[in-house]
Amino acid sequence: MPGLIKQGQIVEDNWLPADPDAATVGEGQILSLDQWLNSEQPSGRAVMLEPGQAPNPLFDHLERISMIAINFPVFTDGRGFSYARELRERGFNGELRACGHFIRDQMTYLRRCGFDAFQPAEAAHLEDYLAGLNDFSESYQAAIDQPLPLFRRRN
Amino acid sequence: MYVYDQYDQTIVDERVAQFRGQTARFLAGQLTEGEFLPLRLQNGLYLQRLAPMLRIAVPYGLLNSSQLRKLAEITRVFDKGYAHVSTRQNIQLNWPQLEEVPDILAELASVQIHAIQTSGNCIRNTTTDQYAGVATDELEDPRPYCEIIRQWSTLHPEFAFLPRKFKIAVCGTREDRAAIHAHDIGVELVAGDSGEIGCRILAGGGLGRTPVIGSVICDWLDKKHLLTYLEAILRVYNQNGRRDNKYKARIKILVKAMGVDAFREAVEQEWELLRDGPSTLTEAEINRAKSFFTEPPYPALDDAAARAGLAEQAAADPIFGNWVKRNTVEHRVAGHRIVNLSLKATGYAPGDITDGQLELVADLADEFSFGEVRTTHQQNMVLADVRMDQLYSLWQRLQRAGLATPNHGYLTDMICCPGGDYCSLANAKSIPVAEAIQSRFDDLDYLYDLGPIELNISGCMNACGHHHIGHIGILGVDKKGEEFYQVCLGGSQAKDASIGKILGPSFSQQDMPEVIEKLLSTYLELREGEEIFLDTYRRVGIEPFKERVYARAD
Repeated sequence: MPGLIKQGQIVEDNWLPADPDAATVGEGQILSLDQWLNSEQPSGRAVMLEPGQAPNPLFDHLERISMIAINFPVFTDGRGFSYARELRERGFNGELRACGHFIRDQMTYLRRCGFDAFQPAEAAHLEDYLAGLNDFSESYQAAIDQPLPLFRRRN
Repeated sequence: MYVYDQYDQTIVDERVAQFRGQTARFLAGQLTEGEFLPLRLQNGLYLQRLAPMLRIAVPYGLLNSSQLRKLAEITRVFDKGYAHVSTRQNIQLNWPQLEEVPDILAELASVQIHAIQTSGNCIRNTTTDQYAGVATDELEDPRPYCEIIRQWSTLHPEFAFLPRKFKIAVCGTREDRAAIHAHDIGVELVAGDSGEIGCRILAGGGLGRTPVIGSVICDWLDKKHLLTYLEAILRVYNQNGRRDNKYKARIKILVKAMGVDAFREAVEQEWELLRDGPSTLTEAEINRAKSFFTEPPYPALDDAAARAGLAEQAAADPIFGNWVKRNTVEHRVAGHRIVNLSLKATGYAPGDITDGQLELVADLADEFSFGEVRTTHQQNMVLADVRMDQLYSLWQRLQRAGLATPNHGYLTDMICCPGGDYCSLANAKSIPVAEAIQSRFDDLDYLYDLGPIELNISGCMNACGHHHIGHIGILGVDKKGEEFYQVCLGGSQAKDASIGKILGPSFSQQDMPEVIEKLLSTYLELREGEEIFLDTYRRVGIEPFKERVYARAD
């Protein structure tokens, strides 16, 4: 199972990977969006968004969802960055996890957009990914990690 | 001009360090070519036909003399002693070594220059009017807003992996010199009903394979909302723009597919979430940005006396007089002129400038124009604040350096991309075509008789040479491995922007000067009074030009 970075540390993953084709999904398993939408017990569960699956159907249920994973099948598809911000700006407080083929050079951007957990497909270099969080110490824009733009903080 | 504080410097320095690490990882085989590609592009680095090309950002075309000197030094130490001014007002180096690029970026950072987001699928350098702040028809100086947009777009975490490149231009004048209709977003400073100046926002313009004129999506926006509104547009685009086909990935395709009204609605809906949030501009921030673009200490000059003196010098030396007439422009402040330095001398690639010329321009900027220079999207340079009574000595120095070709706005002042001589995307060479046309039409009297004509040449569909919006546009195409050139007529980058229409089948390189000759003589025969080429074309249509060019010899 791919390793996981959470709160700046390498940790154990308590969720089981999603299986979009499964008819029934076990407790503790990440649901695909369709599975989640059709679930009779959606509270307290985790759901995975793919590129092209805008998070809008989740907006009214954010308090009931424990974890939202956003998949990056290729690192150049940046839709997930906007999905993350949309979710955070609408008040999602649970774990927001980036999964898949993002690269370490995107770590700062991912964190700034509200991701707090990172599960890269290639687990071998988790330390490199951790280091990627330190590429920048300052930034211009308002984002999730720093809600004030630099122009409101300059002195 | 804008001056970095410790925050700006930290961000740029950390970016250099990040890219140094990325380059090292790539050279060590720890980063694949596919992974390195977008990372290096977002630092302006292309791996080209003969050598890498580094595109250096010149935010809204503004440089000071020490930056020019540093650029000159870099071209000498790391390159072949010349640089190229691009149609995005940026500066390109054609021969750097990949291994040395981090060092070049560090040198640039020492004079507050970077190469961030000069390429790649992200928000590119914001461009504007090269006469910003000194134009006589200006409502408000656009540069503070360009700088605000520059900071907002620099390393924006959400918009670094867009479907495609994204270009923003700002203009604050009646005449549009920033081609805002040909941009993904165009911002025009306009007075609202109450007289207050705000922003008109256009979206969905762009050149490339499918040229489109931008649509107005907001008639008037309070300036404080500028960033949140831009953010809403980008967010709609980032989530909904096509990613399956790079030729259909620009925002113009999305706006067309959704329809302008539906697109506007989606933006407004997104904006509801962002509006009045922390990115709303404060009075203090707008004033801080404005404080970097205040008036230089102009001497109080007697305008009438200055004009009389200039007229006298012009009469005494007609070559000087001609240069003043062709290459200088009315200035907002009494006794001053705006001076265009032509980088379009015949025999040199359009937009190229040598290290020695860069240093000379730096010296001249210090002596004559408060130490500042602008680059233009027509690939020239501008000294914006020259006293009329100093024009003569400036001109003498420019002339000796080959920077006083009096062709500003005329046929030989053409826009031309680097083309197949350098660029690996190009289908055909563009520089030899430009040179052949320049050599053929080097008679100044003939050029002036033709009047203002914009001739734009691109070596491929990517349209870096803006061929769609030239009065005459030339596009290099590849036909079974051979280079051919397609001609279009009637494009315009002005406020009445239009996309040129294709004349017909394409031509070989050697035929091009003859084709241009036929187009021009058709115009000269058909024009009425003082009509410029574009207006004649708009009146008579494409047919007479077509007939002449494709007429059979028999």
